[in-house]
Amino acid sequence: MGRYVIRRLLQMIPVFIGSTFLIFFMVYALGDPVAALFGDKAPDPATAARIRQELYLDAPLWKQYLHYMAQILTGNFGTAFNGQDVLELMADAFPVTLRLTIVAILFEIVIGITLGLLSGLRRGRSVDTSVLLATLVVVSIPTFVSGYVLQYLFGVKWAVVSPSVSPAAPFDQLLLPGAVLALTSLAYVTRLTRTSIAENSRADYLRTAVAKGLPRHRVVTRHLLRNSLIPVVTFIGTDIGALMGGAIVTERIFNIHGVGYQLYQGILRQNSPTVVGFVTVLVIVFLVANLIVDLLYAVLDPRIRYA
Amino acid sequence: MTAFLSVRDLSVRFATEDGVVRAVDGLSFDVERGRTLGIVGESGSGKSVTNLSVLGLHDPRTTEIEGRILLDGQDLTTAPESVLEKLRGNRMAMIFQDSLTALSPYYTVGRQIAEPFRKHTGASRREARLRAIEMLRKVGIPNPALRVDDYPHQFSGGMRQRAMIAMALVCDPELLIADEPTTALDVTVQAQILDLLKDLQQQTGSAIVLITHDLGVVAGTADDVLVMYAGRAVERGTAREVLRSPRHPYTWGLLGSMPRLTSPVDEPLTPIPGSPPSLLDPPPGCPFHPRCAYVDRVGGDRCRTERPEPPEGRGAACHLPDGAGRGRTR
Ligand SMILES: Nc1ncnc2c1ncn2[C@@H]1O[C@H](COP(=O)(O)OP(=O)(O)O)[C@@H](O)[C@H]1O
Ligand code: SF4
Ligand SMILES: [Mg+2]
Repeated sequence: MGRYVIRRLLQMIPVFIGSTFLIFFMVYALGDPVAALFGDKAPDPATAARIRQELYLDAPLWKQYLHYMAQILTGNFGTAFNGQDVLELMADAFPVTLRLTIVAILFEIVIGITLGLLSGLRRGRSVDTSVLLATLVVVSIPTFVSGYVLQYLFGVKWAVVSPSVSPAAPFDQLLLPGAVLALTSLAYVTRLTRTSIAENSRADYLRTAVAKGLPRHRVVTRHLLRNSLIPVVTFIGTDIGALMGGAIVTERIFNIHGVGYQLYQGILRQNSPTVVGFVTVLVIVFLVANLIVDLLYAVLDPRIRYA
Repeated sequence: MTAFLSVRDLSVRFATEDGVVRAVDGLSFDVERGRTLGIVGESGSGKSVTNLSVLGLHDPRTTEIEGRILLDGQDLTTAPESVLEKLRGNRMAMIFQDSLTALSPYYTVGRQIAEPFRKHTGASRREARLRAIEMLRKVGIPNPALRVDDYPHQFSGGMRQRAMIAMALVCDPELLIADEPTTALDVTVQAQILDLLKDLQQQTGSAIVLITHDLGVVAGTADDVLVMYAGRAVERGTAREVLRSPRHPYTWGLLGSMPRLTSPVDEPLTPIPGSPPSLLDPPPGCPFHPRCAYVDRVGGDRCRTERPEPPEGRGAACHLPDGAGRGRTR
């Protein structure tokens, strides 16, 4: 196991370099960061030249990348468009998005798994059909539509929650945005749980469990549910990375100053250090989440052994 | 005085998309404590369905069960689920054919053996673990204190089957149903497992139902025999009676297709020609008549129109006069 983890960590290095280089290349090749810094004004040629030199912008791209990475490793992510340290921006934004992600994941786990279990146990009956239909509807509505509609209904019309989130972004204000963020994944979790339950409920070892005299609730929780959750846990684990980086729409709707918001601002204002810095951290989050999922998999299914 | 397990006029029907499957039809048999009943028949003859009914393991939404199943005088067909839960794994237990799929891959062998023990005796985790180790030792697993923490996939096929026997016997059941417990195993291991079952029966005096499609297994293990065909009993008797002087043409066929140690290796086995009838639409009269070579020996059209009476005690469900098969004894 230990050896496996080390090998996986080593494998992450080329993936990390490849993906960060790609994003670095796209961001720096597609815009002129100096011009972006000056906004609509034409830059003073002397200042522009100085900045170019500071940022190694005249050097070949791979040298710029090396320079940038070296800077990052010393904790210097550069400055954002408003002169703030990107590192500071991240220190503010990541905890917010992390809280949002936690709320969303909790929705996925509690509601998604419950609905999936119910419909999986009652295959072909009305509960099952309605749940399936609902998940179809949810999956086919884009987040910005469901986000604005729910914001209007809960935040404005019935005014049960505040329609926008304060900069501190406490958990209670993140309930509605978390639900919006979770919606699509929640539908997938429901369907995945249902399929898995339906498949496993025909398994021979469930009949054995009944033949042992276990009561039904024990058969369902200890044997059926536990075993059916393996693919679901995998999905939710990988979803953490996706939710962290994919909250751009939700964070804009509810004015949450998280990762998605800062990324959006960075792109809008063509601020390369912000974009590349945030994406770099997201890549790391993704890679680590994937590793944890793989390790979890081995814990949940004893037949899988990593060496 | 009824037997310890007494099945009377059992019928099991499944509602399927294609129609109603009559998997078991008017079946009766008895098993006494300390005795072994061998249930024999080709694959699909209703052996498993019958015994799953005894434990009440069919899905009640799609299954219709008629008749009576008496365990120690108590009718299981009308017993509520809560009563069945207390009996299953405790007073009656089942060993399934495929130990790889019948054991959960996600729990250790020890925990799976301990689970029914804790449920039925209220033992602590520690006590149940010790009991699991003791059971593994009893069924002949070497190093039981170590192997108790293994997962099923770490066991060989024969050891898994032993572990399943340990699981079934952990509460000392009075009725043990073994559904083709040795079919997936090679011959040597098969003999060991059957010996093990016999040994354990001598210690506990339990009633055993041994399901098999192999008359050879019956010959060595069973006291009584029930031959099933298309969901019905076609012949009943003691093992000696059925093997020495079989009365039903189907049993003759089964015996004919059994390899004999005395016959030359290259002598072809004679399987019964044809295949079992559809249980969706069973043939009228005797269900065996489309494959039977003796239809003409019975007067008129009786085999095709009139259903032979199921055997009570020693007997066969056949219109042939008693003694017609005398020349067939081996
Ligand atoms: N749950 C079920 N639904 C419909 N048909 C079934 C079901 N279980 C068994 N059968 C059918 O009942 C017949 C008897 O099956 P079974 O008892 O398993 O035979 P065997 O003698 O080989 O154990 C088979 O034709 C099988 O297809
Ligand atoms: S009743 Fe007729 S068809 Fe059926 S087994 Fe006897 S002889 Fe054959
Ligand atoms: Mg069977």
